[in-house]
Amino acid sequence: MTAVDAHPAPSRARTPRHLVRDTGIVLARELRPVVRDPFSVVFGLVQPIVFLVLFGPLLVGSLGGTDVLGGSVWQWFVPSILVMTTLFGTSATGANLLFELQTGAHERMLVAPLSRSSLLVGRALKEMVPIVAQSVVVVLVMLPFGFQLHLAGAVLGLALLAVLGVGIGALSYALALAVRKQDWMFWMVQQTLLFPLMLLSGMLLPLDSGPRWMQVAASVNPLKYVVDAERALFAGDLGATAVAWGWVAAGATAAVGLVVGIRAMVATTD
Amino acid sequence: MIRTRALTKDFPVGRDPSRTVHAVRGIDLDVAPGELVAVLGPNGAGKTTTLRMLTTLVRPTSGTATVAGLDVVDSPDAVRRSIGYVGQGNAAGHGQRAVDELVSQARIHGLDRRAARRRADELLDVLELTAQRTRKVSDLSGGQRRRLDVAMGLVHSPALLFLDEPTTGLDPHNRANLWEHVGRMRTEAVAETGAPMTVVLTTHYLDEADTMAERVVVVDHGEIIADDTAAHLKADLAGDRVVVTVGPASPGGAGLLAETAARVEGFRELVARDADGVTVRARRGDAYLPALLRAADAAGLVVETAHVHLPTLDDVFLALTGRSLREAGAADPASGTTTDPGSATRPAERTAA
Repeated sequence: MTAVDAHPAPSRARTPRHLVRDTGIVLARELRPVVRDPFSVVFGLVQPIVFLVLFGPLLVGSLGGTDVLGGSVWQWFVPSILVMTTLFGTSATGANLLFELQTGAHERMLVAPLSRSSLLVGRALKEMVPIVAQSVVVVLVMLPFGFQLHLAGAVLGLALLAVLGVGIGALSYALALAVRKQDWMFWMVQQTLLFPLMLLSGMLLPLDSGPRWMQVAASVNPLKYVVDAERALFAGDLGATAVAWGWVAAGATAAVGLVVGIRAMVATTD
Repeated sequence: MIRTRALTKDFPVGRDPSRTVHAVRGIDLDVAPGELVAVLGPNGAGKTTTLRMLTTLVRPTSGTATVAGLDVVDSPDAVRRSIGYVGQGNAAGHGQRAVDELVSQARIHGLDRRAARRRADELLDVLELTAQRTRKVSDLSGGQRRRLDVAMGLVHSPALLFLDEPTTGLDPHNRANLWEHVGRMRTEAVAETGAPMTVVLTTHYLDEADTMAERVVVVDHGEIIADDTAAHLKADLAGDRVVVTVGPASPGGAGLLAETAARVEGFRELVARDADGVTVRARRGDAYLPALLRAADAAGLVVETAHVHLPTLDDVFLALTGRSLREAGAADPASGTTTDPGSATRPAERTAA
């Protein structure tokens, strides 16, 4: 009964059944605005489409035609755009939590009988929906431009993106929780990390042409493995080693993200 | 319903222990079922931190607190199930629709889908929000949003409701309206549960604590410095002030008036005396004043003006601390509606370095 200085075991008394139920409630709540306002999903496509329209032709031009990089350049670049969409969308999602930390909605949920971990997991799982929706749009838009669809590979590719998105989303929430007292830090950190991660994944230009140190730096970037795996999957090469490494990288990102995110969420009760 | 013993919260600042903020310093508070208690104090007094410990948002540094018979540290989940909470911010997410948030909150509290929808509509009706049912929360007016916050706190018909500065930022009309609703929900709980809902609120509107609360707990520097009904606090700690002046017909009469005033039944102390008259603190000004006038008449004094100044809770705070609550509140730059779990506690008091 007595509370002393140290307080171990921050949350308890929620059984696994509760965790699933709680996560379901949080997930449903997060999805509601997305479903009610699908425009928000379309809005998330603006940046990737800018890259497709304004960077794609430059890539084609500088490489001297569309039949490079092992076939059609779109076959090489569209998977990049899908990973980019995932990266942009999910890395920014912490801002939603930051907003609810400021308005009070998050505090209300902390006082409600919900497990702390479900508050994070439900939010992170929600990221899968816009990712899949946006990716389907990008693929459909690119079909008339000669992008070839291998259905099984595409489905697996979307699943891989979804797993990656859960991880990056969870990390973004963890960042939001960490900087909740200086919210401007959120965008600073997010932007600072975003571009190195993007360039060091071989998303925009092949890393083969870069210096050795860049290739070394890229080799510790999980995004690089996911990008390679997506290219293999969208080429229909389901058995490629790159695909296995992609799953390892995405799975590790998700695992690390969820652990870090849940810890951050539990720590909000000080 | 609530029982705390030596409840304490320190916020460490950096690594220097001498800069630790002692937000709450050993509060003993008992609230019986059905009470309506206002916790009053300047910003940084520790009222919000106390409330946050009772609602499981902040873990106490030491001491104990049981809420609805449950220990806040050992059984936070059970406490959360038993209480309603209306924080300083908005309970409903701004990107959500009003009804969706109510349904979601009811689901969190274990209602099934159909019961949750029924309860949501019921509350929208009671709080006059039916027209805003499918509106986005960010599109609601301040008063509507606050009523929705109250509805969110009531979805599970809790026996105990916490309200943290529920009317801050509302205009007088909306404030009165909100209190009307809270009062009605409280008495309606009698029909549902057999007892009126227990309500614990913090406020820095003095008149609100005065008129709404059955009991006022005054907190300053993290400690309870007074705890009684508003009427008793005012009578015991402040008392009525009686101001009487003598006219030019009684030159130099103020001295005699002061002597006379001290002899009249109900006299407590002489607050001020100048050339024209005196200000006296009395137990019951309305009874004291006629007696004083008769005594002054008998002493040959010609009284020119007389009035009784009824005390406010601000006078109580002034009598207790030597500071005005209004000034103490206004001096804190951190006031506002921030709901960040860390900064909303706004500890203003520090130990001497």
